[in-house]
Amino acid sequence: MAVLTDRPAAPVARRADRGPRAQVNRILGYAVLIAFGLVFLYPFVIQLGNSFKTEPDAAANPLSPVPDPLTLAGFERIFAGTNFPLWLGNSLLVTVLVTLGRVFFDSLAGYALARLRFRGRAGLFAAIIAVMAVPGVVLLIPKFLVLKQIGLYDSYAGLVVPLLADAAGVFIMKQFFESVPVSVEEAARIDGAGVFRTFWSVVLPMARPALITLTILSFQGSWNEFPHSLVSVQNPDLFTLPRGLADLVSGSLGKGTQYPLKLGAALLATIPVAVLFVIFQRYFVRGANEGADKG
Amino acid sequence: MATEALRAPATTPVKPPRRRGGGVRGNENIAGWLFVAPVIVILGLFLLLPILMALWVSLTDWNGQGSPFTGDVPFVGGENYTRLFTEDGLDRRDFMTSIRNNMYYVGIVVPVQTALALGLALVVNNRMLKGKGFFRSAFYFPSVTSSVAISVVFLFLFANSGAVNKLLGLLGVNGPEWFADSRGVLHLLLGSVGVDTPPGALTSGGPFGLTWWDWFAGPSVALVSIICLVIWTTSGTFMLMFLAALQNVPVALDEASTLDGATRWQRFRHVTLPLIKPTTFLVLTLGLIGSWQVFDQVYVMSQGDPAKTTLTPAYLSYRTAFRDFDYGSGAAISFVLFLIIILLTLLQRRVMADRDEPRRARWWRRRVPEGS
Repeated sequence: MAVLTDRPAAPVARRADRGPRAQVNRILGYAVLIAFGLVFLYPFVIQLGNSFKTEPDAAANPLSPVPDPLTLAGFERIFAGTNFPLWLGNSLLVTVLVTLGRVFFDSLAGYALARLRFRGRAGLFAAIIAVMAVPGVVLLIPKFLVLKQIGLYDSYAGLVVPLLADAAGVFIMKQFFESVPVSVEEAARIDGAGVFRTFWSVVLPMARPALITLTILSFQGSWNEFPHSLVSVQNPDLFTLPRGLADLVSGSLGKGTQYPLKLGAALLATIPVAVLFVIFQRYFVRGANEGADKG
Repeated sequence: MATEALRAPATTPVKPPRRRGGGVRGNENIAGWLFVAPVIVILGLFLLLPILMALWVSLTDWNGQGSPFTGDVPFVGGENYTRLFTEDGLDRRDFMTSIRNNMYYVGIVVPVQTALALGLALVVNNRMLKGKGFFRSAFYFPSVTSSVAISVVFLFLFANSGAVNKLLGLLGVNGPEWFADSRGVLHLLLGSVGVDTPPGALTSGGPFGLTWWDWFAGPSVALVSIICLVIWTTSGTFMLMFLAALQNVPVALDEASTLDGATRWQRFRHVTLPLIKPTTFLVLTLGLIGSWQVFDQVYVMSQGDPAKTTLTPAYLSYRTAFRDFDYGSGAAISFVLFLIIILLTLLQRRVMADRDEPRRARWWRRRVPEGS
């Protein structure tokens, strides 16, 4: 993202940057930043602190980030008393498969739409754009019907296959491939490489930035995916993390109790995406501005 | 910088890589369809086909047993739809209640998140402050986390003796029992000026089976906590959009207007705001589209309770189908919601196309952050 702050300041700007008024403005600016920084981050601090508390402590001092006494009881119960390890395994499996599938299939389609001349290309692209506008939540019942009809309901395949491609990803890849000069591919083709060879070993390696963006969007999207798992499986052995968490909160454990356990489980479910976010921040930002799709 | 790489339009028009006989063209024709085949199959099978199947189911009385496509399933025509709009009964009352709730939800979420996102973007874009990168990430981070995990955190924050009520207590305010409180905010406001019992004219009738008094209840206290959560999670994404727009505002323009003696507010009102108008419109419409889709938060935090005041059309369609096994009605609610959202999307595409003429090629690129 272009940062305009580093250009040499014009005289006017320099005058505006100093002086008592600017000083006051700066302090006000920092005050706003810090206040909102707290609003946006403190809930996570509370979550972290309270997941290490005892239940009475969490109930009595919810605002305090410091556990007194510090206990791992919540986490022990997450692993001993819930199906958390199973949900974690399912989530990992689903996320890895969905991410691989999306990256591969979306790139294939994106490349074809950007470069290959085949009959019906324009119409197909228009259809994909139209599909991007279909809101996910109205598909809950429809998806359930199809999965049931073709026998994928309540199976790993039902969790994974419907998510293996997404219109937004195809779109991102198409845009990227269009920005790559054609000359490289021409050289490969003249050397006798077939269409797939050219795509796989010449074009795809050049698409690294777009591939990283797509990988991250897919990982984040499928790791956090909730409504799809709600309508594609009902067997508790197939629950993913968000589904298991939702079950934990609204199910047998009831409301208002066991907060350290629930907060800890939610914390563990947040960590993978948080780590990705810290490492690949600029790709997240790009995703948000280009084709972010959390659903 | 990073975004520009993806945005840059193709510098050379796409032309056939080779000029040879029909052989290569034929080859590309087959390769092209093979390349897009997996995506077509998946999107066709799990997006287009389902919509058609659900359209059929919305015209039947299917109860979830067996296949909905056999002759045994009673065909009821438009009955599932008329029950939502014209026949007085529980179905219509629930549906209209969910529409009312969602309208208040949209009415608060969209303006507040837009204003907050713009405000944060302005501060983060300030040339004189350091550490902006950190704060930008901090504001954006909630947007990338799991909606379910975050809902769990907010259940704790808004618990009866939770952090929010503790904070309110410090200010001397007695916090409500957030998720048990079905009182409408507007009713509460009226109550505070002494209007406790509704005037008879408002309770005796009203459109679509709800009394005027019910229509004007305002969002319930419980819904307000969900509204807070959603504003908190989506503002970051929209802030990034505003930030991208603000960074395209030439510094020279700002400086020139400063030289002309414009105040900070005048500069914002007459220089910045007009320049970022397309983005503002984009954020508003994306917010409108997204906030009709709220589902995850309702499912985790309130399940439509208390007293149906957090019911939304998306959640109601789910509940009608999967809890009451009335798949026909559920599908019908989905389609009405679908219609609302598609109309908003068309409106957005139309106006963006008009307004954003020079950059028309990208008006449809953005996606809606879910649940906003």
